[in-house]
Amino acid sequence: MKYASEFRDPVAAKGALAAIERVVGEIGATPEKPIRIMEVCGGHTHAIFRYGLDKLTPPALEFIHGPGCPVCVLPMSRVDDCLELAERQNVIFTTFGDAMRVPGTKKSMLQAKAEGADIRTVYSPLDALELARRNPDKEVVFFALGFETTTPSTALCAQQAAAEELTNFSLFCNHITVPEPIKALLEDPYMELDGFVGPGHVSMVIGIEPYRFIARDYKKPIVVAGFEPLDLLQSVLMVLEQVRDGRADVENQYARIVPDNGNAVSIAACADVYERRETFEWRGLGEIDKSGLKMREKYAAFDAERKFEIGYGRPRTKYEEPEGCECGAVMTGRMKPQQCPQFGTGCTPDMPLGALMVSSEGACAAYYQYGGVRTQVESAE
Amino acid sequence: MCLGIPGQIISISDATKKLGMIDVSGVQREVNLACIMPEDGNIDALIGEWALVHVGFAMSRIDEEEAAKTMEVLLMLGEAQEEIEAMRRSQLAMEKNG
Repeated sequence: MKYASEFRDPVAAKGALAAIERVVGEIGATPEKPIRIMEVCGGHTHAIFRYGLDKLTPPALEFIHGPGCPVCVLPMSRVDDCLELAERQNVIFTTFGDAMRVPGTKKSMLQAKAEGADIRTVYSPLDALELARRNPDKEVVFFALGFETTTPSTALCAQQAAAEELTNFSLFCNHITVPEPIKALLEDPYMELDGFVGPGHVSMVIGIEPYRFIARDYKKPIVVAGFEPLDLLQSVLMVLEQVRDGRADVENQYARIVPDNGNAVSIAACADVYERRETFEWRGLGEIDKSGLKMREKYAAFDAERKFEIGYGRPRTKYEEPEGCECGAVMTGRMKPQQCPQFGTGCTPDMPLGALMVSSEGACAAYYQYGGVRTQVESAE
Repeated sequence: MCLGIPGQIISISDATKKLGMIDVSGVQREVNLACIMPEDGNIDALIGEWALVHVGFAMSRIDEEEAAKTMEVLLMLGEAQEEIEAMRRSQLAMEKNG
């Protein structure tokens, strides 16, 4: 086994791989008509490549890489909005470092910073809040980005800002949610998926109930998974067993971290501060119903969209993806990263053209870094 | 940003705001503990506990073994290094810029 030494428990990994091979056979999947499992979370995508799981599992099993990387699904127009905010006089624009290199239609935040815009990367929205306290004569805007893992942090910061009656702190809210794009993918007639490996840390916040519709309405299995390679293999096996047995359930492989009901404090804070937008745009996937969050009316004073009249709520100009960029097709599983004409030539991790190459959790960056092309099946010996 | 990183809570810095210091592989910073508060409200009981931290917020209590296993995977993926570096840089920037 190529990466055997990197498994904490090689014997268990070998057992799981053998079981996966057996069940894939029992299902009757073949390399020509493989069973297709989507790992929703970008962290899982990264782990699958890092540990070579795509090569260790049989060729009749195909991993489809889901939209679970918030940086990768960020539309260029939202980056443009960030730049417009950041280039205003008197604004300190704060963001997670991950977003700095995402291309807008004209430039990235990294380029804008080099040109003099006051853009600061912070580790936490708490740091943006502290900047607001220390700079009462400046407007501090935090780029609130991410799935349910980061949403509680910005919600709690908004509550804290309200409690302190800060008047110079606001959030540019771009939070998105995991279940809705899964629904959109299941509605897509070109999408052929047999089951899902669900995100671990997102589920730690929201619990497993929000995935119920996948099993109930679409009759597909989903197993919430941890990040260790053995967690992933066991979760894949659980999905395969459901498929073989004709079941569709929500199962929790990561119960040691993920309570079925999620985290009550987080859920309450998010519900207090945020409500769903009617629709939100995803790069490569288009508008998805109810998939984005906005700030509730009672937090209007902390909402950069309202405060600076930017983003949703004002007429938007249409923009075009860069020529030859196939992020959308890759994101929906219609194309493999290396089939994109720009892959590795016009688009590399150092000079990303499309968003999937920006983050290490993007499918293209993972393919690029780990050579995720299945050239031959490695022996599991 | 998306994956939580394990750390050990070493002290409480502001009980009212539910803030405490956490140690992540030797880097210490203040984090919000609201999401893992004990039911009886005794925040001091968190000292010595391990937690998964997302962007400055402790989101789940874990045991030491789980912390070690999670850190191992994050180091393998290079995510731990990125996260710790972001923590360190953010801290330095705050000290420098005031």
